[in-house]
Amino acid sequence: MINREAGVFQTSYEGDMALYTLPLARNTTRVVVALLVLLPIPLMMANNEHLMSIVTTIALAAIGAIGLNILVGYTGQISIGQGAFMMVGGYTAAILSSRYGMPFWFGILAGGCTTALVGVLFGIPSLRIKGLYLAIATLAAQLIIEWVINHVPWISGGAQSSIYVDNPALFGFEFNTEFRRYYLVLVVFLLAFFGAQNLVRSRIGRAFIAIRDRDIAAEIIGVNLFRYKLLAFAVSSFYAGVAGALWTYYLRIANYENFVLVVSIEYLAMIIIGGLGSVLGAVFGAIFIKLFPIALDLTVVSVSEGVFGIPYQDVANFLANMQLFLFGALIIFFLTVEPEGLARMWEHVKRYFRLWPYSY
Amino acid sequence: MEFMFDLIANGLLVGLMYALVALGFVLIYKATSVINFAQGDLLMFAGYAAAVMTGGQGMPLWAMVLVLCAGMIVLGFVLERGILRPMVGQPVVSVIMVTIGLSFVLQGLVTIIWGANTRELALPVRFDPYIVGPVYISPINLVAAVIAILFLIAFGVFFTRSRLGVAMRAVADDQQASMVVGIKVPRVFALSWAIAGLAAAAGGIIWGNQIGVDTFLALVGLKVFPVVILGGLDSIGGAIIGGLLMGVIESLAAGYLDPVVGGGTKDFIPYVLMILVLFVRPYGIFGHETIERV
Repeated sequence: MINREAGVFQTSYEGDMALYTLPLARNTTRVVVALLVLLPIPLMMANNEHLMSIVTTIALAAIGAIGLNILVGYTGQISIGQGAFMMVGGYTAAILSSRYGMPFWFGILAGGCTTALVGVLFGIPSLRIKGLYLAIATLAAQLIIEWVINHVPWISGGAQSSIYVDNPALFGFEFNTEFRRYYLVLVVFLLAFFGAQNLVRSRIGRAFIAIRDRDIAAEIIGVNLFRYKLLAFAVSSFYAGVAGALWTYYLRIANYENFVLVVSIEYLAMIIIGGLGSVLGAVFGAIFIKLFPIALDLTVVSVSEGVFGIPYQDVANFLANMQLFLFGALIIFFLTVEPEGLARMWEHVKRYFRLWPYSY
Repeated sequence: MEFMFDLIANGLLVGLMYALVALGFVLIYKATSVINFAQGDLLMFAGYAAAVMTGGQGMPLWAMVLVLCAGMIVLGFVLERGILRPMVGQPVVSVIMVTIGLSFVLQGLVTIIWGANTRELALPVRFDPYIVGPVYISPINLVAAVIAILFLIAFGVFFTRSRLGVAMRAVADDQQASMVVGIKVPRVFALSWAIAGLAAAAGGIIWGNQIGVDTFLALVGLKVFPVVILGGLDSIGGAIIGGLLMGVIESLAAGYLDPVVGGGTKDFIPYVLMILVLFVRPYGIFGHETIERV
C-alpha cells in the first residue's frame, strides 16, 4: 500500500531530473497544495478570520525562514539579522506604495531587490570572517539597520516610525479581506518554497553546500567563494525582503517593532528547530514557532480560568514571561535532544512507514 | 578641551565596567570556543538577586556579595554541565542558539519570580562628585572602576601564577594536547563557566547600581560584543583595552555627535566601529589569528 517506491523506472532524462521523482511524493505535494488552496472555503463558511490569519502568518514566516535557511542551513553563514533585512523590505515597499503610488507587486519586488543589496553589503565581511565572528557582524547589521530606520525621518516617516499603506490591489481586485490576502501570501509562499527546493539542488545549491562543509576545500575545487557567499546573502536577503514587504501589505502598516532583534532570533530558532539545511524543515519550524505561543495562550488561559477561576487580565503578564521562558527552554530542549530538528523526525517517520508493517 | 577631558575620563571609567563584563565572554570563548549570548542575562540575573537580597531590611552588603558570588559560581557549573556539555561537537549555530535560549529562559524566569519593575540596588557610596581639575567623577564610578581593576588583576594573577589558571590557558591553546598531558578538559570547561558566573556577579552589582535593575540590564551584554571584537575574542588583555577604547569612543561620540544628529549615537557608533574592525582586522587587536588548512 505504502511501498510505492519500488518499480519506479525513469525512462527519460526529464523524468529523472524532476523535483519529485516518485509518484507518491508528486501526488502528496499536489494534494497538499490543493488543500492549501481550498483551505479558505471551510474557514470562510465558518467565518473564522482568526484561524485564517494564523495560517497566513505561518506562511509569511515560512518565507523568511526558507530564506534564512538558504544562508545558514545550506551555506553555513550564520545570520542574526533576518529581522533587520525584513525591515528593509517592509519599509521599501511601504515608501514606494504610500509615497509614489506604486502597485504592490512592484513594492514586493523592489523590497526584495533593495534588501538583497543591503544583504550583500553586510555579507561582505563574510569573505574574511566566519562562524562566531560572522554571527556578531550580522548582529551589528541588525542593530545598525534598526537604528538607521528609526533615526532617519525620511525612511521612518516620523515619530512613530510607521507608514500606512493601502490594501494591495491587482487589476481592480482588492485584497481587502483576510481570505483574499491569504491567497496573495500563498502564491508568494509557493513560489518561494518550490524556488528554494529547486535552487538547492542546482549547481548553485551544490556550491552553497560545499562552502558550508568546508569553504577552503570548496575554493580549491573551483567554487568562487566571493561570488557564492555574496550570492547566498543576496538570495537569503531577497527572501527576507519579500517576506518583509508582504508583512507590510498584509498588516497595511510598516512598523519596525515587527522586525526587532527578537524576531531575528525567532527566525533562527525556526530553522534550527525545523532542521538546518532543509527547505521543508524551515516550514515545519515556522509552523511550530508560530503555533507554540497560541497553544500556550489557550492552555494557560483555560487552566487559569477553568481550574483556578482567575480572569485572563490577571494572567496576561505572567503569560508573556512564561512564553519567553518556555520558548527558551524549548530551544534548549530541542538542541540537546534532537539537534537535527523536526525535518529529521519527519524522515524517521517516513523511514518507519516505508517498510511498515513488515519492518524486519 | 576641558569638555573633552571630562568625556575621556568618564569614558575610561565606563570602559573598565565594560571590560569587566567582557571578561566573562572572553573566558568562556578562550576555554570552550563558545560565544555566550547569555552573559548579559547572567549579569541581569545576578543584579536581580543582589537587589532582592539587599532590598527592604535585607542582609548586609558583605553577606550579599558572598552569597551572590557563591550562587553564581554554582549556576555557572550547572549551566555548563546541563546545557553546554551536550552541545560539544554540534555546529556553531546550534551552540549560539542554545545560549540564546538560555538568555530567554533567564529573562522569563527573572520576571516570573521577581516581577518586571525596576529595582534599586543601593551601595553605601556618597553621591556628590569629586572634582579633579576640569573633570567631574562620581564616586560610584570610581568604586566600580576599583572593583573592575581588582577583578582584572586577580584574573591576571590567576592565569599566570596558579596551576588551574595555567591549565585553563593550555586548554584554550589546544584541547587535545592538554588532554594528553593529563589536564581534565571537562573540568576546565566547567571552571571557566563558573568564573564567568563570578564575573557576571561583579558586573551585575556594578551595572545594577549604575542603571537600575530590570530586564534592560541584559542589554549590557549586547554592548560587550564590540568590545570583545575590538580587543580580540580570545585575549584577556584585549578585553581590557577594548573596553577602555570603546568606553572612550562612546563617550566622545555621545558628547560631540549627539547634539548634531539628535541623540542615540551611543547605541550606534560601537557597532559601526565593530563592522569596520571586522573588515580590517577580523581577529581584533590582540586576538589570535587562526590559519586554516584543508
